[in-house]
Amino acid sequence: MSTTRDAVLAVVVALAVVFQAVVFRFISIDGVVPNLALIVVVVAAIARGPEFGMITGFCAGLLTDLAPPADHLAGRWALALVLVGFLVGRVRQDARSSPLMAVAVVGAASFIGTSVFALSGVVLGDGALPIGSMLQVIVISVLWDLMLAPFAVPALLRLFDEARPGRLVR
Amino acid sequence: MARRISGRGPEQDRSRRMLGLFVLACLTLITLDARAGDSSPLNPVRSAVGSVLGPVEDATATATRPFDQLAGLFRSNRSLRGDVATLTAENSRLRSEVATVPLDRKRLAEYDALSQTASETGYSLVAAHVIAVGPMQSFSRTVTIDAGTSSGVTKDLTVINNDGLVGRVVDATSSTATVLLIVDTTSVVGGRLGTNLEIGFVRGRGTLGDSGRLTLDLVDNAVEPSRGDVVVTWGSKDGVPYVAGIPIGVVESVVSSPLNSSRQAVVKPFADFTALDVVGVVVPNGTHGDRPVITAGGTP
Repeated sequence: MSTTRDAVLAVVVALAVVFQAVVFRFISIDGVVPNLALIVVVVAAIARGPEFGMITGFCAGLLTDLAPPADHLAGRWALALVLVGFLVGRVRQDARSSPLMAVAVVGAASFIGTSVFALSGVVLGDGALPIGSMLQVIVISVLWDLMLAPFAVPALLRLFDEARPGRLVR
Repeated sequence: MARRISGRGPEQDRSRRMLGLFVLACLTLITLDARAGDSSPLNPVRSAVGSVLGPVEDATATATRPFDQLAGLFRSNRSLRGDVATLTAENSRLRSEVATVPLDRKRLAEYDALSQTASETGYSLVAAHVIAVGPMQSFSRTVTIDAGTSSGVTKDLTVINNDGLVGRVVDATSSTATVLLIVDTTSVVGGRLGTNLEIGFVRGRGTLGDSGRLTLDLVDNAVEPSRGDVVVTWGSKDGVPYVAGIPIGVVESVVSSPLNSSRQAVVKPFADFTALDVVGVVVPNGTHGDRPVITAGGTP
């Protein structure tokens, strides 16, 4: 059972990474697309807590770092998504209390994740933009993720809950 | 309440320890990748992931190609509105330029010479589709194309399209390749002004779309680029990473900074980076691969 669960998770993460590069480019606003991998990590952390969130975050981040056409230093998205997984896992009780809260958590996570990635770029001198353009990208990306959240979060939450029967949180 | 806190204590400790562990792992990866540069131990992993995900991306792109038409509908509405504005501006500009026909004739001769150079050099091209675009959230402007080493595409080859220079190949797997667009902040291209052959460096600003612009720094500070000058690549040894004579863009405005007495020209790229589809990779003459090689100008 555990292996099927892991396989489902791996497929979901890989599909999310491929989708945001291939399919979402058609709807990008100045190149900014919905961050599906981040939403998967948020839902994983809400469903099963910070540890599972961090593991998913590390895997999803590393895949984003290594999958073509990524050209930045490997480990930057992994770092951002591990932090997202941890922080969302800590507030999972609140996030499960109402759908609105879950969407708000996705928004906050999107802001934190994209900002951590942007800051790591500034620190490492790896593809950093002027702060103004960076903020613009972060704002658009938060709005995208907020728009996608009402559709993606319930569907993914059901998937994660079904993959682990008997551990539904109320 | 008290029970809940004491019950969650060890669990919280554990997740904190895990956080520390994961952050350390990420920092190690970043350091390894940053320090080793081109001989990074992550490069084999990267190409392995690329070999697996490249075909998946390719298949997804083929399956979702109809969506492109749909998106084109929205895009064309926006671009048509832009076109109206551009055409209105152009109309008034043309009216004033009717009086300056000789200038136009000279400019036409320049364009002619430019296109002649391009066809005379006779570059060989491998055509490819753009199948994936790196999200702007990653702050790097890269795309994946569906031609790889099996078609003769290798690292450091020039990528162009019908309009002009697109970028260069930075990584290639057997079936896909990653292209760094010239609008990326890490991209530097040797550029030459079409009118006076002055050389300089064209840098990306990291943004695309209507505001996507390049910056041209001329080597000779005394030369003033003028508005409307065409910038072409001046190329490097053996055409690596950029071949010579490919049009990059047109000078839009000139910004001079009194601080360091240097002039920067703002260049509008010819290629539309928000709607990239078919591109050509300039491959060495005599390349053989699993797809046909197009030779421009007919020379081998």
